[in-house]
Amino acid sequence: MSADSFTVVGKPVVRQDGREKVTGAARFADDLRFPGMLSAVMVRIPAAHALIRSVDYSAINNDPALAAICDASDVPAAKTVGIVRKDQPVFCDKKVVTPGDVIAMLLGESEEELLRLRDQVRIEYELLPVLTDYCNALAPNEPLIHPEFGSNLIVHYPLRKGNVEQGFAESDHLLEQTYTTQRVEHAYIEPECVIAIPREGRKEIQIIGSIQNPFTARRIVADVLGWPLTHVRIQQAELGGSFGGKDDIMCLLSARASIAALKTGRPVKIRYRREESILESYKRHPYTMHYKAGFMQTGKLKAMKIDIIADGGAYASMSPFTTWRTVVQATGPYEIEHVWTDVRAVYSNNPYTGAMRGFGSPQPIFAQESLMDEIAVQLGMTPDEIRRINGFRAGSITASGQELAQHDVNLVTVLDTAVGQTAFAERWQENEQHIKPTWTPSCSLDNKDFIEPDQLLQKGIGLATSFRGCSLGAEGTDAAAAYLSLRPDGSASLLCGLAENGQGLRTTYCIIAAEILGIPVDSIEYLDFDTAYIADSGPTVASRSTLMGGGAVKNAAEIVRTQLEGTLRKRWNLATDRSFVFSSGLVALVDDPAKYISFLDLCALAHSTGVNLSAIGWYRGPRVHWDESVGQGPAYFTYVYGCQVAEVTVNIGTGEVHLDHITAVHDPGTIINLLGAQGQVYGGVTQGAGYALWEEITAPNGKIKELNFDEYLIPTSLDLGTITPLFVSGKETYGPWGAKSLGEPTLELTAAAIANAVRNAVGKRFFNLPLNLEEILLQRKLRPEDPNANQ
Amino acid sequence: MTVNFVLNGKAVSLVIAANRRLIDMLRDSLGLTGTKEGCGIGECGACTVLMNGEAVNSCLILAGQVEGAEIVTIEAIAKHGTLHPVQENFLQYGAVQCGFCTPGMVLSTYALLQTNPQPSEHEIAAAISGNLCRCTGYKQILEAVQKTVEEMNSAPSEHGRS
Repeated sequence: MSADSFTVVGKPVVRQDGREKVTGAARFADDLRFPGMLSAVMVRIPAAHALIRSVDYSAINNDPALAAICDASDVPAAKTVGIVRKDQPVFCDKKVVTPGDVIAMLLGESEEELLRLRDQVRIEYELLPVLTDYCNALAPNEPLIHPEFGSNLIVHYPLRKGNVEQGFAESDHLLEQTYTTQRVEHAYIEPECVIAIPREGRKEIQIIGSIQNPFTARRIVADVLGWPLTHVRIQQAELGGSFGGKDDIMCLLSARASIAALKTGRPVKIRYRREESILESYKRHPYTMHYKAGFMQTGKLKAMKIDIIADGGAYASMSPFTTWRTVVQATGPYEIEHVWTDVRAVYSNNPYTGAMRGFGSPQPIFAQESLMDEIAVQLGMTPDEIRRINGFRAGSITASGQELAQHDVNLVTVLDTAVGQTAFAERWQENEQHIKPTWTPSCSLDNKDFIEPDQLLQKGIGLATSFRGCSLGAEGTDAAAAYLSLRPDGSASLLCGLAENGQGLRTTYCIIAAEILGIPVDSIEYLDFDTAYIADSGPTVASRSTLMGGGAVKNAAEIVRTQLEGTLRKRWNLATDRSFVFSSGLVALVDDPAKYISFLDLCALAHSTGVNLSAIGWYRGPRVHWDESVGQGPAYFTYVYGCQVAEVTVNIGTGEVHLDHITAVHDPGTIINLLGAQGQVYGGVTQGAGYALWEEITAPNGKIKELNFDEYLIPTSLDLGTITPLFVSGKETYGPWGAKSLGEPTLELTAAAIANAVRNAVGKRFFNLPLNLEEILLQRKLRPEDPNANQ
Repeated sequence: MTVNFVLNGKAVSLVIAANRRLIDMLRDSLGLTGTKEGCGIGECGACTVLMNGEAVNSCLILAGQVEGAEIVTIEAIAKHGTLHPVQENFLQYGAVQCGFCTPGMVLSTYALLQTNPQPSEHEIAAAISGNLCRCTGYKQILEAVQKTVEEMNSAPSEHGRS
């Protein structure tokens, strides 16, 4: 089917769940109440690393406000959980390794009363040395966070291609730099909430919550209870944003709520306030990245050596997967003959880090795209030139030895589109010529020069490119299911095993089914997610929903359509080679359009003749593999490419960077819902801008300072200029009509583009995110404890 | 204490502890869960309601302050099953993703249009600058409000005065 023959695919389609959301009728987890429901309050100690000596509940044990206490002694089976490494206690009873850790949970009808009781629990503990400098985590004298693993190393991924030393020897130039990125918070506007309900008279626990990945939560709860998966039933409430963030934390909260519900025989709700949400939930990894590049006078990259250390914080969480994506993509979308990469994730007593939109790519993209611009400046080239010389094309070989084939390698296309749209090269060069050394930020602080008022605001333009492997890749099994059932009146019910996170996958899936069946999108009812009714389709992560879930929905719709075609052939006595067109609620013969039946009548006919009009669609990604010892292999079965151009104004007196405009060019394959696709770009770029300029979770001594939105600053409606999303199409074998990924690609390169634009504005390179006032003016952090803070 | 006020056009009398907030009255006592709590300190705007026609953070209003006030929540913006033009355009222009900030966004823009039927682009952005959204990047929200302003000014509707 060609793009112009689509009926609904690619059009702007209004969200299926929109009406409930604009009227306040949509039910999020905290909007739900059940008879006899108990509240829960967590008991913690204000320590980042401590041995628990004793916990004494005697002061509260007989208080009428207390219904029950749950702690480690109540955990029936697995005491510790984790998606990869089981290192995180459901309740801590030996030690805590981060201030978010929970020792016990108090249950009662009044949250307020429980908060009063919480202060009366007496916990004796012994402080242990705190490890916060994660770059030092592997040094021999540092404290071990989880001594049972023998080391603070969570994972080490090497990648070896060619001979990097020989590559450096053959290079005309070498360039070495170190870049760092900060810890950031997902900042979903809905804080975590989950309710566990024990089923009377049967062995079942029903869990409803703001859960990103219901199948992961099911597995963790089943492990903790020691029950078969089938007795744990997870339903999803409307999810108020996630961005990768409502995974591990929701698994833990689901487990705690389940334990409490089974202990008390009553429904139990855990809901977090913002402070508790930021305190306990995981973050995006801070990275320290050392890059060394060897390149020729022509601009051709010859060799690259990369050493990256990622702060995994207190628990392993998704670090083994996050940093794997890093090792695959660390050299960027460039063909380089000799590559030597080491990526390590380590434990520390910092807040733990895990999945967040981007997932191990925003950090290396900031480094590698900064480096590419520096190489361009050194060689007197423009940033687009250096990328055109090195960028992937059809048949290019990646750092992991994978040949890029069977899809349109659109890197140069997205680059040329963005550059053409913004007159990039001319404007970049013009700005470079205007840079004077005395304009460097901080000159006002150094009193070296007087800034003329008309020199205060400096304009800059910068770009970044990226490539991204779609879906899970060699991280794990990649398959998804969808259930579609046609009703006798021609309406349909649909459910996929991937979960709505707010991004709009319900609507995307309804569009796909509607296109195949030729019926209106709103005649399809999307069912509420329940692990009892749909097959495990893996997590809703890795920008895989449209690609994998969409493939499953399309498969289900095609199965049902084949059933309808068979019914019609029988009815009309047709040979099997006669085919039909399903469009506008009618089913007609392709070669005789005058012969048709309404979709409704056909469904009624099929129903009355006992034809099965329900189907489970399935979509499995092709095999990928990875050799861990040398980091070689076809990591992902397909890739997407992106280029963003940032235009900024830098106030060199204050250090403030204003983002004037972002042009975001992406190649998501076939777009299913144009409104949704544009929304992904606007939202992703805005999160990327927050990452570039403002957002940072600091944790002096392991304790988070920014616990609410008064200190953790995310972009508001007044903070950004305009955003122009542009889509480049390309052929793709996989996914529904070749639709692939967009959610994460939109965010991952924004900070890099902004950093390059700032360099173009002021002539100085910044190596550390975020590019806030301190970084621009001082290149160091101002902290209350900083003895030089008042200078 | 007893608090008497007008909620969505109807007189309400509520017996409630003095340390309860307006958001607790709405969500816990009256079951109006369309008003959301995102931060509890007046930073995120998810709990926005109208108090005497003005958009306020209901997490910052104590029960006693509500006495005699006229409160409007998201549940009362659509009339008889018909969406307000702002709500309709939020749908048409893709201004909704996860939807958690949406009730507050709708009320902030509704309040703006009540007092300023022809706001500039900047005035619209300023009116929702106290409402945080992590999904949309605000662009489609701003577009939806601008379209509403255009529509309401070209064809004054009953909604505009409601």
